[in-house]
Amino acid sequence: MKKQATRDAYGQALLELGALYDNIVVLDADLSKSTKTVEFARAYPERFINAGIAEQNMMGMAAGLASCGKVVFASSFAIFATGRAFEQVRNSIAYARLNVKICATHAGITVGEDGSSHQSVEDIALMRSVPNMTVIVPSDGISTRQALFQLYQHDGPAYLRLGRPAVPQVHDPGLDFAIGQAVELRRGKDLSLMACGIMVSKALQAAEILAAEGIEVSVVDMLSIKPLDKEMIIRKARESGALLTLEEHSIIGGLGSSICEAVCEYCPVPVTCLGINDLFGQSGSPEELLQYYGLGVEQIVEKARKLLKKK
Amino acid sequence: MRRIGEEELAVTSEKAGIIRQEIIKMLGEAGSGHTGGSLSAADMVACLYFWEMKLDPQKPDWQDRDRFVLSKGHAAPVLYAALAEKGFFPREYLRTLRKLGSPLQGHPDMRKLAGVEACTGSLGQGISWAVGMALAARIDQRDYRVYALLGDGELEEGMVWEAAMAAAHYRLDNLLALVDNNGLQIDGKIAEVMSPEPIADKFAAFGWNILEIDGHDHRQIMEALNSARSFKGSPTAVIAHTIKGKGCSFMENRVEWHGTAPNREEMEKALAELA
Repeated sequence: MKKQATRDAYGQALLELGALYDNIVVLDADLSKSTKTVEFARAYPERFINAGIAEQNMMGMAAGLASCGKVVFASSFAIFATGRAFEQVRNSIAYARLNVKICATHAGITVGEDGSSHQSVEDIALMRSVPNMTVIVPSDGISTRQALFQLYQHDGPAYLRLGRPAVPQVHDPGLDFAIGQAVELRRGKDLSLMACGIMVSKALQAAEILAAEGIEVSVVDMLSIKPLDKEMIIRKARESGALLTLEEHSIIGGLGSSICEAVCEYCPVPVTCLGINDLFGQSGSPEELLQYYGLGVEQIVEKARKLLKKK
Repeated sequence: MRRIGEEELAVTSEKAGIIRQEIIKMLGEAGSGHTGGSLSAADMVACLYFWEMKLDPQKPDWQDRDRFVLSKGHAAPVLYAALAEKGFFPREYLRTLRKLGSPLQGHPDMRKLAGVEACTGSLGQGISWAVGMALAARIDQRDYRVYALLGDGELEEGMVWEAAMAAAHYRLDNLLALVDNNGLQIDGKIAEVMSPEPIADKFAAFGWNILEIDGHDHRQIMEALNSARSFKGSPTAVIAHTIKGKGCSFMENRVEWHGTAPNREEMEKALAELA
């Protein structure tokens, strides 16, 4: 299977967008080589602004540029973009409903060896709680590119959550993604795995193992966290009678919470939320960390079996 | 160089007087809000809106307009009074300050009121916003200027210095920061709470062009604006020495008037002094 980091797909898509639209400006906070905005910086130096290691000012400048008609893509690591600069994002960008796309890389524990200070497990919760904010978590290179083109057209602030490691391609190149829509990748009646980001490919692997046992599960890429595809959630809850949510994020406030909110209100069924259990990350390789925090393929399979018994 | 003559000074003096009266009236009716810091900035705002800036109240979105960002957003009344006097919206709006559904929010909201350029109120953020606007002007090769008004207490926010670094780094000579140096913040004198002094030296060390003036002397304000407009290669900071509550004797230099609105009796007394 072809692999690509979503941050790499982001860097390439920015180049494409830069060639198409003059009003795009890209900001970074001294991490352009890691966030991959460096390619845009080389191609369009007059439209790239390095804020230096000053994320709060970067978000403020982004607001100022957007208020003058620019479509701004502002990048840093997820922990700094959403944590350190939270209140600038909230007051200057989201409250003012400005065209700033916060494209944060190195989200979640798969940052790996750098450890907890650089591993954001709260960013989805933070961003989705802010009014006016759209939150998208692509699962592969194809969905990243699609999301970026969609976000350029979308009038308003958005948060795009990207990862560090290469991830398998899970979508067809012809993917037709729209903000607010989930994408069903596999259909099965017994259980539905609702995943985002890197966990989508893990869910697909788990689905293969379960299928060998005669358990047919659906796998849905919930890449639009906000707005949330409630119709898809309700449909899967009704069809399969139980949902397993998967995210490389705290179980508090992220995808699992979002799905539970919808399920509780519209169609209560058993839900198990798989994510980081109210813990900080630590150093290790991405795969080791996913295992350690219970997000490995075998662990997903185990949770799925348990959940089936609750139906 | 723009002309600074008796005629010009007469206009801005009259406008500053009107702005001060409207500040008192709107705060008196609202029953809450920030009086002292609105009055201390009234002369600078009058000179900006009625002498310095290129604006068209009929076209608030005109691309080449100059931009004013009230980084000390709690002084919203001084901005609202100037915008109403300039003709951006009917003067009656001023009577709705801080009321439910009003376009005149407690702190400025660009989405609710024509003429407001930024959503400010959380201190330190307006200056970064202004830096972004100045960068946009450069990218688009437009010659509008950007003005940010900061409080002296606001300089305690670390973000201000991130913005100061960026503005100097990018040589934004189309940006002017005015510091309303009235020496007081909510908890007391800035010198006692958390001193940002020496303010001029700090901006100079960050690479800014520095001007120090009496922030109530219109000739000095205009001369500073003229000087900054012709200065090339770096942004200019105007450190304006001001008096909190300026114009109302019983409010001047009194910290309790930072976040307090006048009652009816105080309002009448203030208006009598300003008449």
